[in-house]
Amino acid sequence: MDMAYAGTQTGAARRKRASVRRHIAPYLFISPWILGFLFFTLGPLLFSLTMSFFDWPVVGERTFVGLDNYRSMFTEDPQFWESLWITVKFAAIYVPFNIVMSFFLALMLHHVTFASGFFRTAFYLPSVISGVALVTIWSWIYSREYGLLNFMLSLVGIDGPNWLGDPNLAIVAIIIASLWGLGGTMLILLTGLKAIPKELYEAATISGVPGWAQMLFITLPMLGPMLIFTFITSIISAFQQLTIALLLTKGGPLGSTYFFAMYVYDNAFKYFDMGYAAAGSWVMFVIVLALSLVVMRWSAAWVYYEGEIRQADGERNA
Amino acid sequence: MAAIRIENLCKGFGSLEVLKGIDLDIADGEFVCFLGPSGCGKSTLLRSIAGLENLDGGSIRLGERDITDLPSAKRDIAMVFQNYALYPHMNVRKNLSFGLALNGMKRDEIDRRVTNAAEVLRITELLNRKPRQLSGGQRQRVAIGRAIVREPKLFLLDEPLSNLDAGLRVTMRVELAALHERLAVTMIYVTHDQVEAMTLSDRVVVLDKGKVSQFGTPLELFYRPANLFVAGFIGSPRMNFVNANVADECETGLRLAGGGLARELSLDTLSPAPIGRDCPVTLGIRPNKLELTSPDEAHLAGNVRLVERLGTESHVHISLEGGGDLTAVVRGTHPVSTRERVHIRIPSEHCHLFDADGKAIERPLDAETRALINQEEGRGPRGPVLEERHA
Ligand SMILES: Nc1ncnc2c1ncn2[C@@H]1O[C@H](COP(=O)(O)OP(=O)(O)O)[C@@H](O)[C@H]1O
Ligand SMILES: [Mg+2]
Repeated sequence: MDMAYAGTQTGAARRKRASVRRHIAPYLFISPWILGFLFFTLGPLLFSLTMSFFDWPVVGERTFVGLDNYRSMFTEDPQFWESLWITVKFAAIYVPFNIVMSFFLALMLHHVTFASGFFRTAFYLPSVISGVALVTIWSWIYSREYGLLNFMLSLVGIDGPNWLGDPNLAIVAIIIASLWGLGGTMLILLTGLKAIPKELYEAATISGVPGWAQMLFITLPMLGPMLIFTFITSIISAFQQLTIALLLTKGGPLGSTYFFAMYVYDNAFKYFDMGYAAAGSWVMFVIVLALSLVVMRWSAAWVYYEGEIRQADGERNA
Repeated sequence: MAAIRIENLCKGFGSLEVLKGIDLDIADGEFVCFLGPSGCGKSTLLRSIAGLENLDGGSIRLGERDITDLPSAKRDIAMVFQNYALYPHMNVRKNLSFGLALNGMKRDEIDRRVTNAAEVLRITELLNRKPRQLSGGQRQRVAIGRAIVREPKLFLLDEPLSNLDAGLRVTMRVELAALHERLAVTMIYVTHDQVEAMTLSDRVVVLDKGKVSQFGTPLELFYRPANLFVAGFIGSPRMNFVNANVADECETGLRLAGGGLARELSLDTLSPAPIGRDCPVTLGIRPNKLELTSPDEAHLAGNVRLVERLGTESHVHISLEGGGDLTAVVRGTHPVSTRERVHIRIPSEHCHLFDADGKAIERPLDAETRALINQEEGRGPRGPVLEERHA
């Protein structure tokens, strides 16, 4: 009797240990990523949050100033609003164009059977070129006297403008250059298109559903999660726009391309005001987060996620 | 009205020829199965009828109309796909009504059809669910419902039961048969499962490598297989084949010897067999017709490899001494055991005979079987129509 009792005791203990092991193992496997996240993402993030409450020169005394950085940014710094406005303008044009153009390119590639591999690579290639190389190419394209763009325009008799020198055109030039990298978005949407079972279209075709309705009522809803995903990542990358503006226009002319990220960058590395720059980053973070949440809430009503009804499934089985 | 006539239908994918000249004549109201091993072109043939494939040649008529070049939507057909192909983001009601609504049908007509189909298929209480919330059998019903609401002239079903578990498959099989009875519409059903084909169909098209191997009633296929392929494909356990040579021939029959045979075997044929002396032939005999017997009566001898006892019957797997394998089905209590040497008699009246090309040489059937086959031929849910057509 005692023996049996002892036996179940160790049995239970062993089961418990096994269960602990089973629950810990997955975390061990992802631990390299977790450590990386803690040290290189979450750590700096919290650190920068702390920084934003300090007057934090690169060299010299650090003093706690509370919300002073934020207050002066909102009330005493016209450049903050100016840069925010430029960035919002940029995002408002870049994001829809990025998604719509990627979507149509993906549709075309999806239906193209001839040399589809070549086209896929060709469209994706710009996305793998590093920012500096990309900017070099585009500064050559946009060059007033020798640029490819104005040369092409001259062929059809148009005297090309000074793309990077005109405050109204510079931002357009940057939008175009940014859209050049839409291959990544396109590839995501193409994958989504390929994942839609072709029988859905065949069933619709047999029932006489016209092509436009198949697009509207099958393709778009089935692609919904991908569209929302690319929508949010596009917003994020729009708000982070830095490289192209920094290298192509240096924020000019007349500050017309002085994006928000550049404003933060200059506060940190030109004016060496780390606390102020950190506060700027956090404002941007909150804006992007809020936008993402709005998009997700708004999309929940009409986007269909494959796994969404799991719970109801369980209810039915119960 | 909705009879189908297919003539010399050809279809290939690149250099791969899939359908090699299909000719078929399917009567109005008939339930026809396309039966064949995986990859023989069943789905391709069905999809060609549906207008989902570009044909390389041939023609298809549905009723009075030539539909060869008609777009799918205008063919008056409905199709049920193997994976159901339900729209995952629409609830059941929307799945059923989607196609109708976009064809400009009136609201109340759509409602009437959807309600009606839902009642027939007993899915009324599921109308507001999404496909994800349904079990396999329920999804299957919705897929069939989407076909029913179209009120088509022709139903096409591509392995509709193959994703269901065994028990559900039997239930749905019965329901499908009842549905066909009720709708009285032409149905074509693709399957690789001979039990489904045999139990559901009025007639079965056996496909082999893109050609019609035989087209007939289930019993006809079983008792009068036109060739080695059909003989081997229909029936379980499958038919045994033994090689032999023609030793002698006369007006009414053949004498076979050699090959695997230890003793001569005389067979009568319906007409003088178009086959000469010394020609190789293949004997076919169903496992349940073989008899384990004494050495002096035996045509074959071999060793028992395995005995599978199923209760009412036992399957005896035998390695023949002349090479080759046999399966015999004997009564459940037969005392035969593994590694035993057995002697086998082939009752000549139950033999099928095939020439060197695998074509059947016709043999007389006993009166009972003949009567049964004739009876089945005249049957069908629309007997009178069938007769009219034959007349
Ligand atoms: N879209 C296609 N492209 C290329 N080959 C195909 C296509 N569809 C079917 N095939 C080929 O055609 C043959 C017959 O296919 P299928 O009609 O689906 O066979 P079954 O339905 O009898 O299993 C197979 O060898 C298959 O690989
Ligand atoms: Mg198939």
